[in-house]
Amino acid sequence: MNSPYHYLRHEVVAALNHPDFFQTIPGIATRYSYADAILEVAEINPRVVVLDVDVAKSLRTTDFAKKYPQRSFNFGIAEQNMMAAAAGMATTGLIPFASGYAMFLSLRALDQVRNSIHYPHLNVKIIASHSGLTPGPDGVTHQAQEDLSIMRAIAGSCVIAPADHISAKMAVHAIARYDGPVYLSLTRDPVPSLYTDDFPFEIGKAVTVRDGTDITLVANRDLVAHALVAAAGLAQQGIEARVIDCHTLKPLDEETLLRAAHETGAIVTAEDNIILGGLGSAVAELLVENYPIPMKRIGVQDTFAESGPYQAVLDKYGLSAPHILQAALGVLRRKR
Amino acid sequence: MIESNPSRSILELQRTAAQVRKDILLMIYEAQAGHPGGSFSAADIVTALYFRVMRIDPQNPGWADRDRFILSKGHACPVWYAALANRGYFERSHLYTLRKLNSLLQGHADMKKTPGVDMTVGSLGQGICAGLGMALAAKQQGKDFRVWVVLGDGEMQEGSVWEAAMAAPKWKLDNLTVILDKNRIQNDDFVEATMPVDPVPEKWQAFNWHTIEIDGHDMAQIVAALEAARAFKGKPTLIIANTIKGKGVSFMENVPAWHGKAPDAQQYQLALAELDKELA
Repeated sequence: MNSPYHYLRHEVVAALNHPDFFQTIPGIATRYSYADAILEVAEINPRVVVLDVDVAKSLRTTDFAKKYPQRSFNFGIAEQNMMAAAAGMATTGLIPFASGYAMFLSLRALDQVRNSIHYPHLNVKIIASHSGLTPGPDGVTHQAQEDLSIMRAIAGSCVIAPADHISAKMAVHAIARYDGPVYLSLTRDPVPSLYTDDFPFEIGKAVTVRDGTDITLVANRDLVAHALVAAAGLAQQGIEARVIDCHTLKPLDEETLLRAAHETGAIVTAEDNIILGGLGSAVAELLVENYPIPMKRIGVQDTFAESGPYQAVLDKYGLSAPHILQAALGVLRRKR
Repeated sequence: MIESNPSRSILELQRTAAQVRKDILLMIYEAQAGHPGGSFSAADIVTALYFRVMRIDPQNPGWADRDRFILSKGHACPVWYAALANRGYFERSHLYTLRKLNSLLQGHADMKKTPGVDMTVGSLGQGICAGLGMALAAKQQGKDFRVWVVLGDGEMQEGSVWEAAMAAPKWKLDNLTVILDKNRIQNDDFVEATMPVDPVPEKWQAFNWHTIEIDGHDMAQIVAALEAARAFKGKPTLIIANTIKGKGVSFMENVPAWHGKAPDAQQYQLALAELDKELA
C-alpha cells in the first residue's frame, strides 16, 4: 500500500502513532531556522541587512552580526523606531529583515508596520519569533496569539507561518526574493522537524502533506504537526483525513482549499492563534462564499492563555492533536 | 551627476517662499480642509531646502543619489506639495486637487502617488525614524546623499521621536539633519499647555546631537544653518527653527484654531491680499 504521506521524513511517519510523538521527534525552534537561513540568503543577496531589537541573542542573529557586522543594526529595545527605519532603508534598495518578538513587532509597532511599511508597500521582512503560544512559559505578555489575525487584516500584506525547520528555511529564501512586505511567523519553542528537502515551498501555495478523502485538516505553523498526529489517530478509526500545511495565511491558496472541500466534504482548521481572524476565519470566509460544508475551527478561544510548558499550554487551551481529532469526529457527524 | 539646484539668492528664496505660501492658501481653500498653520510655519525652511540646499533633480525624482526630504509632520504636506510643484516635480494644476478623489495629492503625503515625495508620512513620529533608516542606509552603502527631516514640536511628544533621537548618534549619522519647526502650537492648544517639550536644545544635546537655534523665518539664518549642518561631522544635527504658526497671514498667526481648518471665501481674500503684498 502506498503511503498517504508526502514530504514527511520516515521517522516522522513512523512515530505519528507514538503516544509521545513530540518527545520522539527531534525539534528545532524555527527562530533558529531563520538564523541559519539568513546567513545563506545574505551570501546570495548583498542588499539583505538584519535589524534587531535587543533579542539578537534569542533569535541567534548574533551569528549574522558576527559574520556581517556592516549589515547588522541593533536598535535596542525600540521596535517602533526599527520598523519605520526599516521602511526608510527599504526605500534605498536595501532589504531589511526586521527581527524580534511577534508581540512587539506586530502590536507595539503596528502603526509603523501599517503606515510606514505596508501603505507604501516597502520591501521589509518582518521576522517574528515567539508567535502564538510558542513562548509558553513566558506567559501572556509574550504570547502573540493574535499577530496572524492582525497582520492578515492589513491591505497588501503577505503572512507566512511555516511548520518546521526545513520549510522555515525555505520561507526565508523565498521572502528574500519576494518584492514587498512579508510577515514571517516563527516559534520560540522547538517544533518537530517534519519535512524532507523536497518540500515544495512556494509563497501562497498550500501543501497537501497527507492524502485523504473523508475530511480535510488545514493547519499552519506549529499545529501542522498536531494535525498530522490527529490524522494518524483518525486513520486508526478508519477515517482518512487529508492534511494541508497552509503555511501562507495570505494570500490564501483558494484553489487547493476549495478542491479539498469538494473532495472531502468536511473541514477542520487548526491554528495556534486566536479563533478570530486567522486561518479558521480565512478558510470559513472562503467556503461560505463558495462551497459551504461542515466545518470546525480549532484555535485559542476568546481568552488569554497562561504560563506553562509550551505543549501543555497548547493542550490546556484546546489546540493539541486530541482536540483536533475530536473536532474532526464532530464535523464528520454533521457531514451528509 | 548633476547638481541641478539653481543657486538662488536670499531675496529670490524669500519671493519663492511667498509664492509657496500663496499656493498653500489656494490648496487648502480649494480643498476646504487641511492644515494651514503648520504649513505656513515651515514654508521658509522647506523653500530653502528645495530651492537652494538639497541635491536633487526634479526631472529624475527617483535618482538614487539624491538628497532625501521627509516632512515628518505630515499633515503640513501642502507646504511640501507647493514646493514640489514650484520646483517642477509636477504640474501646478494638481495643486487644485488636494484631498480630492483621484488626486496625486493625498491628505497626508503618499510616496507612491506624488513625484518627489520620498516617504509616506502622516502618522506622527515615524518620518524621523524613516529618515534615520535612510541615513543609515546611505552610510551602509557608502553613498553621500543627505537626509533632511522637518519635525513638529507637538510631534516631539511621540515616544518614537526619542527612540530615533537615541539611535542616530549611535551610528554617527552626520548625514541626517532634523529641522524642528518650533511653532509652539499643536492641535488642541499651545504645546506648553498641552504637554511641554522644553528645554529642547538641552534635551537633544543630552542625546548627543549637535544643535543650532535660529529664527525659522529669517532666510539667511535658515540657509546658513542648513549649510552648517551639512558641514558638521560626527553627529546628527538638530536645527531648532523658532517659527510662527500661520506665518504670513496675520489673522492666522499664533492662533491654535488655525492648526487644521480652511478659510472661508472672505478669509481667503484677506489672506491672499496679505500674501500678494509679499510678492509685490
